[in-house]
Amino acid sequence: MSAGFRHHHLLSIADLDQKDVNQILDAAELFIEVSRRPVRKVPTLRGKTVINMFFEASTRTRTSFELAGKRLSADVVNIAASSSSVSKGESLLDTCKTLEAMRPDLVVIRHPASGATQFVAKHVNCSVINGGDGAHEHPTQALLDAFAIRKALGTLSGLKVAICGDITHSRVARSNAALLKLFGSEVRFCAPHTLMPRDVERLGVKVHHDLATALSGADVIMLLRLQRERIEGPLVPSLREYARKFGVSARHLEQASPRAIVMHPGPMNRGVEIHPALADSERSVILDQVEAGVAVRMAVLYLLAKEVRAQTPTAAVSDGA
Amino acid sequence: MRPVNANRELVLDAESVVRIIRRMASEIVERTRGCTRLGLVGIQRGGTPIAARLAEEIERVEHAAVPVGTLDITLYRDDAASTLPDPKVGPSRIEWEIEGSDVVLVDDVLHTGRTVRAAIDCLLDYGRPRRIWLAALCDRGGRQLPIAADFVGRTFDVPVSSVLEVSAEGGTQDGAWLTAWPRPSGGST
Repeated sequence: MSAGFRHHHLLSIADLDQKDVNQILDAAELFIEVSRRPVRKVPTLRGKTVINMFFEASTRTRTSFELAGKRLSADVVNIAASSSSVSKGESLLDTCKTLEAMRPDLVVIRHPASGATQFVAKHVNCSVINGGDGAHEHPTQALLDAFAIRKALGTLSGLKVAICGDITHSRVARSNAALLKLFGSEVRFCAPHTLMPRDVERLGVKVHHDLATALSGADVIMLLRLQRERIEGPLVPSLREYARKFGVSARHLEQASPRAIVMHPGPMNRGVEIHPALADSERSVILDQVEAGVAVRMAVLYLLAKEVRAQTPTAAVSDGA
Repeated sequence: MRPVNANRELVLDAESVVRIIRRMASEIVERTRGCTRLGLVGIQRGGTPIAARLAEEIERVEHAAVPVGTLDITLYRDDAASTLPDPKVGPSRIEWEIEGSDVVLVDDVLHTGRTVRAAIDCLLDYGRPRRIWLAALCDRGGRQLPIAADFVGRTFDVPVSSVLEVSAEGGTQDGAWLTAWPRPSGGST
Protein backbone atom coordinates (compact mmCIF):
# COMPACT_ATOMS: atom_id res chain seq x y z
CA MET A 1 0.00 0.00 0.00
CA SER A 2 1.47 3.32 -1.00
CA ALA A 3 1.78 6.25 1.37
CA GLY A 4 -1.08 8.71 1.47
CA PHE A 5 -1.30 11.90 -0.51
CA ARG A 6 0.02 14.47 1.93
CA HIS A 7 -1.97 17.49 0.79
CA HIS A 8 -5.39 18.68 1.82
CA HIS A 9 -5.60 21.34 -0.91
CA LEU A 10 -4.22 21.77 -4.42
CA LEU A 11 -3.49 25.47 -4.67
CA SER A 12 -0.18 25.80 -6.43
CA ILE A 13 2.47 23.69 -8.16
CA ALA A 14 4.97 25.40 -5.84
CA ASP A 15 3.50 23.35 -2.95
CA LEU A 16 4.26 20.02 -4.69
CA ASP A 17 7.41 17.93 -4.99
CA GLN A 18 8.33 15.35 -7.66
CA LYS A 19 6.77 12.52 -5.67
CA ASP A 20 3.42 14.34 -5.37
CA VAL A 21 3.35 15.04 -9.10
CA ASN A 22 4.20 11.43 -9.95
CA GLN A 23 1.51 10.18 -7.59
CA ILE A 24 -1.11 12.33 -9.35
CA LEU A 25 0.07 11.35 -12.85
CA ASP A 26 0.19 7.63 -11.96
CA ALA A 27 -3.36 7.76 -10.59
CA ALA A 28 -4.43 9.57 -13.77
CA GLU A 29 -3.28 6.54 -15.81
CA LEU A 30 -6.03 4.54 -14.08
CA PHE A 31 -8.61 7.16 -14.98
CA ILE A 32 -7.64 7.38 -18.66
CA GLU A 33 -8.65 3.73 -18.84
CA VAL A 34 -11.95 4.43 -17.04
CA SER A 35 -12.78 7.20 -19.51
CA ARG A 36 -12.40 4.80 -22.44
CA ARG A 37 -14.76 2.09 -21.13
CA PRO A 38 -18.34 1.50 -22.23
CA VAL A 39 -19.46 2.61 -18.73
CA ARG A 40 -17.32 5.66 -17.93
CA LYS A 41 -18.03 5.74 -14.25
CA VAL A 42 -16.59 4.24 -11.08
CA PRO A 43 -18.25 4.29 -7.65
CA THR A 44 -15.19 5.61 -5.81
CA LEU A 45 -16.48 9.00 -4.58
CA ARG A 46 -20.09 7.97 -4.00
CA GLY A 47 -21.62 10.25 -1.39
CA LYS A 48 -18.98 12.98 -1.76
CA THR A 49 -19.96 16.46 -2.91
CA VAL A 50 -17.92 18.66 -5.23
CA ILE A 51 -18.78 22.32 -5.77
CA ASN A 52 -17.37 24.05 -8.84
CA MET A 53 -17.31 27.75 -8.11
CA PHE A 54 -16.37 29.77 -11.14
CA PHE A 55 -16.02 33.52 -10.70
CA GLU A 56 -14.72 33.76 -14.25
CA ALA A 57 -15.98 32.39 -17.56
CA SER A 58 -14.71 28.92 -18.37
CA THR A 59 -16.00 26.13 -20.55
CA ARG A 60 -13.32 23.49 -20.74
CA THR A 61 -11.98 23.62 -17.19
CA ARG A 62 -15.44 23.65 -15.68
CA THR A 63 -16.71 20.86 -17.94
CA SER A 64 -13.57 18.88 -17.28
CA PHE A 65 -13.93 19.15 -13.48
CA GLU A 66 -17.63 18.41 -13.75
CA LEU A 67 -17.06 15.25 -15.80
CA ALA A 68 -14.21 14.23 -13.51
CA GLY A 69 -16.47 14.46 -10.46
CA LYS A 70 -19.35 12.68 -12.17
CA ARG A 71 -17.18 9.84 -13.48
CA LEU A 72 -16.12 9.24 -9.87
CA SER A 73 -19.81 9.18 -8.82
CA ALA A 74 -19.52 12.35 -6.73
CA ASP A 75 -22.39 14.83 -6.66
CA VAL A 76 -21.27 17.90 -8.59
CA VAL A 77 -22.79 21.35 -8.29
CA ASN A 78 -21.73 24.19 -10.60
CA ILE A 79 -22.01 27.79 -9.53
CA ALA A 80 -21.29 30.58 -11.97
CA ALA A 81 -20.50 33.95 -10.44
CA SER A 82 -22.97 35.83 -12.64
CA SER A 83 -25.86 33.78 -11.27
CA SER A 84 -24.71 33.76 -7.66
CA SER A 85 -24.99 36.10 -4.75
CA VAL A 86 -21.64 37.62 -5.80
CA SER A 87 -23.60 39.80 -8.18
CA LYS A 88 -25.73 40.78 -5.20
CA GLY A 89 -22.71 42.17 -3.36
CA GLU A 90 -21.67 39.28 -1.11
CA SER A 91 -17.97 39.10 -0.23
CA LEU A 92 -15.83 36.13 -1.31
CA LEU A 93 -15.41 35.03 2.28
CA ASP A 94 -19.15 35.12 3.00
CA THR A 95 -19.86 33.19 -0.19
CA CYS A 96 -17.39 30.51 0.87
CA LYS A 97 -18.65 30.33 4.45
CA THR A 98 -22.18 29.89 3.13
CA LEU A 99 -21.10 27.14 0.76
CA GLU A 100 -19.13 25.41 3.47
CA ALA A 101 -22.20 25.25 5.67
CA MET A 102 -23.65 22.94 2.96
CA ARG A 103 -20.78 20.54 3.74
CA PRO A 104 -19.09 19.91 0.42
CA ASP A 105 -16.00 17.67 0.46
CA LEU A 106 -14.19 19.53 -2.30
CA VAL A 107 -14.51 22.99 -3.76
CA VAL A 108 -12.97 23.95 -7.10
CA ILE A 109 -12.47 27.68 -7.42
CA ARG A 110 -11.64 29.82 -10.40
CA HIS A 111 -11.25 33.49 -9.64
CA PRO A 112 -9.91 36.53 -11.54
CA ALA A 113 -7.84 37.67 -8.53
CA SER A 114 -4.41 36.09 -7.96
CA GLY A 115 -4.31 34.42 -4.54
CA ALA A 116 -8.09 34.14 -4.17
CA THR A 117 -7.99 30.35 -3.73
CA GLN A 118 -5.27 30.56 -1.06
CA PHE A 119 -7.46 33.03 0.78
CA VAL A 120 -10.47 30.74 0.64
CA ALA A 121 -8.43 27.68 1.67
CA LYS A 122 -7.36 29.46 4.86
CA HIS A 123 -10.97 29.97 5.89
CA VAL A 124 -12.71 26.67 5.08
CA ASN A 125 -12.26 23.08 6.21
CA CYS A 126 -13.07 21.28 2.96
CA SER A 127 -10.40 20.65 0.31
CA VAL A 128 -9.87 23.52 -2.11
CA ILE A 129 -8.63 23.05 -5.67
CA ASN A 130 -7.31 26.01 -7.60
CA GLY A 131 -9.03 26.04 -10.99
CA GLY A 132 -7.06 29.13 -12.02
CA ASP A 133 -6.55 32.31 -10.02
CA GLY A 134 -5.78 35.52 -11.92
CA ALA A 135 -2.32 35.47 -13.45
CA HIS A 136 -0.97 33.36 -10.59
CA GLU A 137 -1.42 29.58 -11.04
CA HIS A 138 -3.48 26.94 -12.80
CA PRO A 139 -2.06 23.77 -11.27
CA THR A 140 -4.37 21.18 -12.86
CA GLN A 141 -3.52 22.57 -16.33
CA ALA A 142 0.20 22.12 -15.63
CA LEU A 143 -0.46 18.59 -14.36
CA LEU A 144 -2.45 17.60 -17.43
CA ASP A 145 0.22 19.13 -19.67
CA ALA A 146 2.81 17.09 -17.76
CA PHE A 147 0.69 13.97 -18.29
CA ALA A 148 0.53 14.63 -22.06
CA ILE A 149 4.28 15.33 -22.22
CA ARG A 150 5.13 12.20 -20.25
CA LYS A 151 2.91 10.14 -22.53
CA ALA A 152 4.38 11.57 -25.75
CA LEU A 153 8.06 11.80 -24.74
CA GLY A 154 8.30 9.31 -21.87
CA THR A 155 9.81 11.75 -19.37
CA LEU A 156 9.52 15.16 -17.74
CA SER A 157 13.24 15.52 -17.09
CA GLY A 158 15.98 17.01 -19.23
CA LEU A 159 13.58 18.48 -21.78
CA LYS A 160 13.76 21.83 -23.49
CA VAL A 161 10.33 23.42 -23.30
CA ALA A 162 9.46 26.62 -25.13
CA ILE A 163 6.35 28.44 -23.89
CA CYS A 164 5.39 31.13 -26.40
CA GLY A 165 2.74 33.83 -26.34
CA ASP A 166 1.07 36.10 -23.85
CA ILE A 167 3.20 35.25 -20.80
CA THR A 168 2.16 38.29 -18.73
CA HIS A 169 -1.45 37.20 -18.42
CA SER A 170 -0.76 33.49 -18.28
CA ARG A 171 -1.16 31.45 -15.11
CA VAL A 172 -0.67 28.39 -17.34
CA ALA A 173 2.88 29.53 -18.17
CA ARG A 174 3.71 30.05 -14.49
CA SER A 175 2.36 26.69 -13.32
CA ASN A 176 4.00 24.84 -16.20
CA ALA A 177 7.35 26.52 -15.59
CA ALA A 178 7.20 25.58 -11.90
CA LEU A 179 6.36 21.94 -12.63
CA LEU A 180 8.92 21.43 -15.40
CA LYS A 181 11.67 23.12 -13.37
CA LEU A 182 10.83 20.70 -10.55
CA PHE A 183 11.82 17.82 -12.86
CA GLY A 184 14.96 19.56 -14.12
CA SER A 185 13.75 20.57 -17.56
CA GLU A 186 14.81 23.80 -19.24
CA VAL A 187 11.95 26.26 -19.62
CA ARG A 188 12.08 29.11 -22.14
CA PHE A 189 9.52 31.90 -22.29
CA CYS A 190 9.13 33.64 -25.63
CA ALA A 191 7.04 36.78 -26.07
CA PRO A 192 7.28 40.37 -27.22
CA HIS A 193 8.63 42.71 -24.49
CA THR A 194 5.13 44.02 -23.87
CA LEU A 195 3.78 40.54 -23.03
CA MET A 196 6.66 39.42 -20.80
CA PRO A 197 6.26 40.06 -17.07
CA ARG A 198 8.98 42.18 -15.47
CA ASP A 199 9.96 39.78 -12.67
CA VAL A 200 10.15 36.77 -15.01
CA GLU A 201 13.79 35.85 -14.27
CA ARG A 202 12.75 35.02 -10.73
CA LEU A 203 10.95 31.94 -12.10
CA GLY A 204 14.28 30.55 -13.29
CA VAL A 205 13.32 30.50 -16.96
CA LYS A 206 15.24 31.64 -20.02
CA VAL A 207 13.76 34.70 -21.66
CA HIS A 208 13.54 34.99 -25.45
CA HIS A 209 12.04 37.62 -27.68
CA ASP A 210 12.75 35.82 -30.94
CA LEU A 211 10.86 32.70 -31.96
CA ALA A 212 13.75 31.11 -33.88
CA THR A 213 16.13 31.05 -30.91
CA ALA A 214 13.40 30.04 -28.47
CA LEU A 215 12.42 27.01 -30.55
CA SER A 216 15.96 25.88 -31.33
CA GLY A 217 16.25 22.27 -30.17
CA ALA A 218 12.95 22.43 -28.25
CA ASP A 219 11.26 19.12 -27.34
CA VAL A 220 7.99 20.76 -26.38
CA ILE A 221 6.43 23.84 -27.95
CA MET A 222 3.61 25.23 -25.86
CA LEU A 223 1.60 28.05 -27.36
CA LEU A 224 -0.55 30.50 -25.45
CA ARG A 225 -3.46 32.59 -26.60
CA LEU A 226 -3.36 36.38 -26.59
CA GLN A 227 -5.72 37.11 -23.71
CA ARG A 228 -7.37 40.05 -25.35
CA GLU A 229 -9.99 40.30 -22.60
CA ARG A 230 -7.26 40.99 -20.04
CA ILE A 231 -5.15 43.28 -22.18
CA GLU A 232 -5.65 46.95 -21.50
CA GLY A 233 -4.17 49.28 -24.09
CA PRO A 234 -2.10 48.47 -27.16
CA LEU A 235 0.44 45.79 -26.19
CA VAL A 236 0.70 44.47 -29.76
CA PRO A 237 0.49 46.61 -32.89
CA SER A 238 -2.06 44.29 -34.55
CA LEU A 239 -3.01 40.62 -34.59
CA ARG A 240 -1.51 40.29 -38.06
CA GLU A 241 1.77 41.77 -36.92
CA TYR A 242 1.78 39.48 -33.87
CA ALA A 243 0.98 36.41 -35.98
CA ARG A 244 3.84 37.25 -38.37
CA LYS A 245 6.44 37.51 -35.60
CA PHE A 246 5.17 35.07 -32.96
CA GLY A 247 2.73 32.75 -34.76
CA VAL A 248 4.16 29.22 -35.01
CA SER A 249 3.75 27.15 -38.16
CA ALA A 250 5.18 23.86 -39.42
CA ARG A 251 8.26 25.57 -40.84
CA HIS A 252 9.33 26.66 -37.33
CA LEU A 253 9.53 22.99 -36.33
CA GLU A 254 12.65 22.59 -38.47
CA GLN A 255 14.63 24.35 -35.73
CA ALA A 256 13.08 22.23 -32.99
CA SER A 257 14.01 18.72 -31.92
CA PRO A 258 12.86 16.06 -34.44
CA ARG A 259 10.55 14.55 -31.80
CA ALA A 260 9.07 17.92 -30.80
CA ILE A 261 5.40 18.06 -29.83
CA VAL A 262 3.08 21.05 -30.08
CA MET A 263 0.73 21.90 -27.23
CA HIS A 264 -1.94 24.51 -26.56
CA PRO A 265 -4.06 24.84 -23.40
CA GLY A 266 -6.93 26.29 -25.45
CA PRO A 267 -8.93 28.13 -26.49
CA MET A 268 -6.87 28.40 -29.67
CA ASN A 269 -6.82 31.40 -31.97
CA ARG A 270 -5.99 29.65 -35.23
CA GLY A 271 -3.96 31.85 -37.50
CA VAL A 272 -2.73 34.02 -34.61
CA GLU A 273 -0.42 32.13 -32.23
CA ILE A 274 -0.73 28.83 -34.11
CA HIS A 275 -0.98 28.06 -37.82
CA PRO A 276 -4.18 26.05 -38.50
CA ALA A 277 -2.30 23.22 -40.24
CA LEU A 278 0.08 22.81 -37.32
CA ALA A 279 -2.79 22.50 -34.85
CA ASP A 280 -4.11 19.53 -36.84
CA SER A 281 -0.74 17.95 -37.61
CA GLU A 282 0.57 14.73 -36.11
CA ARG A 283 2.95 16.78 -33.97
CA SER A 284 0.00 18.30 -32.14
CA VAL A 285 -1.08 16.69 -28.85
CA ILE A 286 -3.77 19.31 -28.21
CA LEU A 287 -6.64 16.82 -28.06
CA ASP A 288 -4.57 14.46 -25.88
CA GLN A 289 -4.29 17.37 -23.46
CA VAL A 290 -8.06 17.64 -23.29
CA GLU A 291 -8.46 13.89 -22.65
CA ALA A 292 -5.72 14.02 -20.02
CA GLY A 293 -7.56 16.94 -18.41
CA VAL A 294 -10.48 14.82 -17.26
CA ALA A 295 -8.23 11.97 -16.06
CA VAL A 296 -5.84 14.25 -14.18
CA ARG A 297 -8.72 16.07 -12.49
CA MET A 298 -10.24 12.73 -11.51
CA ALA A 299 -6.88 11.83 -9.97
CA VAL A 300 -6.73 15.12 -8.04
CA LEU A 301 -10.30 14.79 -6.72
CA TYR A 302 -9.66 11.15 -5.83
CA LEU A 303 -6.43 11.80 -3.94
CA LEU A 304 -7.74 14.84 -2.08
CA ALA A 305 -11.03 13.17 -1.13
CA LYS A 306 -9.25 10.43 0.74
CA GLU A 307 -8.76 10.24 4.42
CA VAL A 308 -6.06 7.66 4.67
CA ARG A 309 -6.26 5.63 7.84
CA ALA A 310 -3.15 4.00 9.21
CA GLN A 311 -3.36 0.31 8.39
CA THR A 312 -2.06 -2.49 10.53
CA PRO A 313 0.08 -5.05 8.68
CA THR A 314 -2.52 -7.75 9.41
CA ALA A 315 -5.29 -5.76 7.78
CA ALA A 316 -3.08 -4.93 4.82
CA VAL A 317 -2.33 -8.60 4.13
CA SER A 318 -5.71 -10.14 4.77
CA ASP A 319 -7.61 -7.66 2.61
CA GLY A 320 -5.96 -9.15 -0.44
CA ALA A 321 -8.39 -12.04 -0.25
CA MET B 1 5.74 -6.36 12.93
CA ARG B 2 5.93 -10.15 12.44
CA PRO B 3 6.29 -11.72 15.88
CA VAL B 4 9.49 -13.69 16.41
CA ASN B 5 7.57 -16.80 17.37
CA ALA B 6 5.33 -16.67 14.28
CA ASN B 7 5.37 -20.03 12.58
CA ARG B 8 5.49 -19.84 8.78
CA GLU B 9 4.53 -23.19 7.35
CA LEU B 10 4.57 -24.34 3.72
CA VAL B 11 1.11 -25.70 3.00
CA LEU B 12 1.35 -26.00 -0.80
CA ASP B 13 4.53 -26.55 -2.82
CA ALA B 14 5.31 -25.52 -6.39
CA GLU B 15 4.54 -28.97 -7.85
CA SER B 16 1.14 -29.03 -6.17
CA VAL B 17 0.39 -25.60 -7.63
CA VAL B 18 1.15 -26.95 -11.12
CA ARG B 19 -1.17 -29.96 -10.62
CA ILE B 20 -3.93 -27.85 -9.11
CA ILE B 21 -3.86 -25.43 -12.03
CA ARG B 22 -3.99 -28.36 -14.46
CA ARG B 23 -7.04 -29.78 -12.69
CA MET B 24 -8.80 -26.42 -12.44
CA ALA B 25 -8.22 -25.85 -16.17
CA SER B 26 -9.93 -29.12 -17.06
CA GLU B 27 -12.80 -28.38 -14.69
CA ILE B 28 -13.28 -25.03 -16.40
CA VAL B 29 -13.31 -26.72 -19.82
CA GLU B 30 -15.80 -29.33 -18.63
CA ARG B 31 -18.25 -26.99 -16.92
CA THR B 32 -18.19 -24.28 -19.58
CA ARG B 33 -18.71 -26.95 -22.28
CA GLY B 34 -15.65 -26.53 -24.39
CA CYS B 35 -14.88 -22.88 -23.79
CA THR B 36 -16.78 -21.31 -26.67
CA ARG B 37 -16.93 -17.60 -25.92
CA LEU B 38 -14.93 -17.99 -22.73
CA GLY B 39 -12.53 -15.44 -21.28
CA LEU B 40 -10.40 -15.43 -18.13
CA VAL B 41 -9.98 -12.31 -16.03
CA GLY B 42 -7.36 -12.20 -13.28
CA ILE B 43 -7.92 -9.92 -10.30
CA GLN B 44 -4.76 -7.86 -9.73
CA ARG B 45 -2.27 -8.60 -8.51
CA GLY B 46 -2.45 -12.23 -7.31
CA GLY B 47 -5.00 -13.47 -9.82
CA THR B 48 -3.26 -12.20 -12.96
CA PRO B 49 -0.52 -14.86 -13.29
CA ILE B 50 -2.96 -17.65 -12.36
CA ALA B 51 -5.40 -16.55 -15.08
CA ALA B 52 -2.56 -16.59 -17.62
CA ARG B 53 -1.48 -20.10 -16.54
CA LEU B 54 -5.04 -21.44 -16.65
CA ALA B 55 -5.43 -20.06 -20.18
CA GLU B 56 -2.15 -21.67 -21.24
CA GLU B 57 -3.29 -25.00 -19.85
CA ILE B 58 -6.72 -24.77 -21.52
CA GLU B 59 -5.03 -23.90 -24.79
CA ARG B 60 -2.72 -26.91 -24.50
CA VAL B 61 -5.62 -29.31 -23.92
CA GLU B 62 -8.32 -27.81 -26.13
CA HIS B 63 -6.12 -26.30 -28.88
CA ALA B 64 -8.20 -23.12 -28.66
CA ALA B 65 -6.96 -19.74 -27.56
CA VAL B 66 -8.73 -18.21 -24.56
CA PRO B 67 -8.53 -14.44 -24.11
CA VAL B 68 -7.04 -13.27 -20.82
CA GLY B 69 -7.66 -9.92 -19.16
CA THR B 70 -6.90 -8.26 -15.87
CA LEU B 71 -8.92 -6.14 -13.46
CA ASP B 72 -7.76 -3.46 -11.04
CA ILE B 73 -10.52 -3.18 -8.48
CA THR B 74 -9.03 -0.34 -6.40
CA LEU B 75 -11.74 2.12 -7.43
CA TYR B 76 -14.54 -0.34 -6.64
CA ARG B 77 -13.48 -1.37 -3.15
CA ASP B 78 -15.98 -0.71 -0.38
CA ASP B 79 -13.14 0.97 1.52
CA ALA B 80 -11.99 2.92 -1.56
CA ALA B 81 -12.21 6.20 0.34
CA SER B 82 -9.52 5.13 2.78
CA THR B 83 -7.02 3.28 0.59
CA LEU B 84 -4.67 4.42 -2.12
CA PRO B 85 -3.82 2.57 -5.32
CA ASP B 86 -0.91 0.17 -5.20
CA PRO B 87 1.65 1.72 -7.56
CA LYS B 88 2.49 -1.77 -8.87
CA VAL B 89 -1.05 -2.32 -10.09
CA GLY B 90 -1.62 -1.37 -13.71
CA PRO B 91 -4.98 -0.35 -15.18
CA SER B 92 -7.63 -2.92 -16.03
CA ARG B 93 -7.32 -4.49 -19.46
CA ILE B 94 -10.12 -6.43 -21.14
CA GLU B 95 -9.67 -6.52 -24.87
CA TRP B 96 -12.57 -8.61 -26.05
CA GLU B 97 -16.32 -8.11 -26.15
CA ILE B 98 -17.58 -9.60 -22.88
CA GLU B 99 -21.23 -8.93 -23.75
CA GLY B 100 -22.93 -12.35 -23.76
CA SER B 101 -19.73 -14.29 -23.06
CA ASP B 102 -18.68 -16.52 -20.16
CA VAL B 103 -16.09 -14.91 -17.90
CA VAL B 104 -14.10 -16.72 -15.24
CA LEU B 105 -12.83 -14.34 -12.57
CA VAL B 106 -9.56 -15.64 -11.15
CA ASP B 107 -8.00 -14.80 -7.79
CA ASP B 108 -5.24 -16.31 -5.68
CA VAL B 109 -6.97 -16.31 -2.29
CA LEU B 110 -10.70 -16.20 -1.60
CA HIS B 111 -11.33 -14.83 1.89
CA THR B 112 -13.97 -12.22 2.83
CA GLY B 113 -15.49 -12.07 -0.66
CA ARG B 114 -15.27 -8.27 -0.73
CA THR B 115 -12.65 -8.26 -3.50
CA VAL B 116 -14.86 -10.52 -5.62
CA ARG B 117 -17.88 -8.27 -5.05
CA ALA B 118 -15.82 -5.31 -6.24
CA ALA B 119 -14.50 -7.31 -9.23
CA ILE B 120 -18.04 -8.27 -10.32
CA ASP B 121 -19.15 -4.62 -10.19
CA CYS B 122 -16.07 -3.57 -12.13
CA LEU B 123 -16.55 -6.32 -14.75
CA LEU B 124 -20.18 -5.32 -15.34
CA ASP B 125 -18.99 -1.85 -16.37
CA TYR B 126 -17.35 -3.50 -19.38
CA GLY B 127 -20.57 -5.15 -20.55
CA ARG B 128 -23.06 -7.85 -19.58
CA PRO B 129 -21.52 -11.33 -19.61
CA ARG B 130 -23.81 -14.35 -20.03
CA ARG B 131 -22.31 -15.82 -16.89
CA ILE B 132 -19.57 -14.95 -14.43
CA TRP B 133 -17.74 -17.84 -12.77
CA LEU B 134 -15.25 -17.62 -9.94
CA ALA B 135 -11.98 -19.53 -9.67
CA ALA B 136 -9.70 -19.29 -6.63
CA LEU B 137 -6.41 -21.10 -6.11
CA CYS B 138 -6.96 -21.11 -2.34
CA ASP B 139 -10.15 -20.75 -0.34
CA ARG B 140 -9.36 -19.83 3.25
CA GLY B 141 -12.95 -19.34 4.43
CA GLY B 142 -13.99 -16.34 6.51
CA ARG B 143 -16.59 -14.99 4.08
CA GLN B 144 -18.31 -11.71 4.94
CA LEU B 145 -20.52 -11.70 1.84
CA PRO B 146 -22.68 -14.41 0.22
CA ILE B 147 -20.08 -15.41 -2.36
CA ALA B 148 -18.81 -18.87 -3.34
CA ALA B 149 -16.22 -20.08 -5.83
CA ASP B 150 -17.10 -22.40 -8.74
CA PHE B 151 -13.53 -23.68 -9.10
CA VAL B 152 -11.37 -24.08 -6.03
CA GLY B 153 -7.73 -25.22 -5.99
CA ARG B 154 -7.37 -26.07 -2.32
CA THR B 155 -9.45 -25.28 0.75
CA PHE B 156 -7.79 -24.30 4.02
CA ASP B 157 -9.33 -23.74 7.39
CA VAL B 158 -7.44 -20.64 8.46
CA PRO B 159 -8.14 -18.70 11.64
CA VAL B 160 -8.79 -14.98 11.09
CA SER B 161 -5.60 -14.12 12.95
CA SER B 162 -3.41 -16.13 10.54
CA VAL B 163 -2.00 -15.04 7.21
CA LEU B 164 -2.11 -17.11 4.03
CA GLU B 165 0.40 -16.01 1.40
CA VAL B 166 0.32 -17.35 -2.13
CA SER B 167 2.81 -17.07 -4.94
CA ALA B 168 1.83 -18.53 -8.31
CA GLU B 169 3.98 -16.65 -10.81
CA GLY B 170 5.03 -19.98 -12.36
CA GLY B 171 8.36 -21.32 -11.08
CA THR B 172 10.08 -23.18 -8.29
CA GLN B 173 9.39 -20.35 -5.84
CA ASP B 174 5.63 -20.96 -6.07
CA GLY B 175 3.60 -22.14 -3.14
CA ALA B 176 1.34 -21.21 -0.27
CA TRP B 177 2.49 -20.41 3.25
CA LEU B 178 0.49 -20.16 6.41
CA THR B 179 1.71 -17.93 9.22
CA ALA B 180 0.00 -18.30 12.57
CA TRP B 181 -0.15 -15.04 14.46
CA PRO B 182 -0.53 -15.15 18.21
CA ARG B 183 -4.12 -14.38 19.07
CA PRO B 184 -4.65 -10.90 20.40
CA SER B 185 -5.13 -11.13 24.16
CA GLY B 186 -8.78 -11.25 25.08
CA GLY B 187 -9.79 -11.72 21.46
CA SER B 188 -12.15 -14.52 20.59
CA THR B 189 -11.90 -15.85 17.08
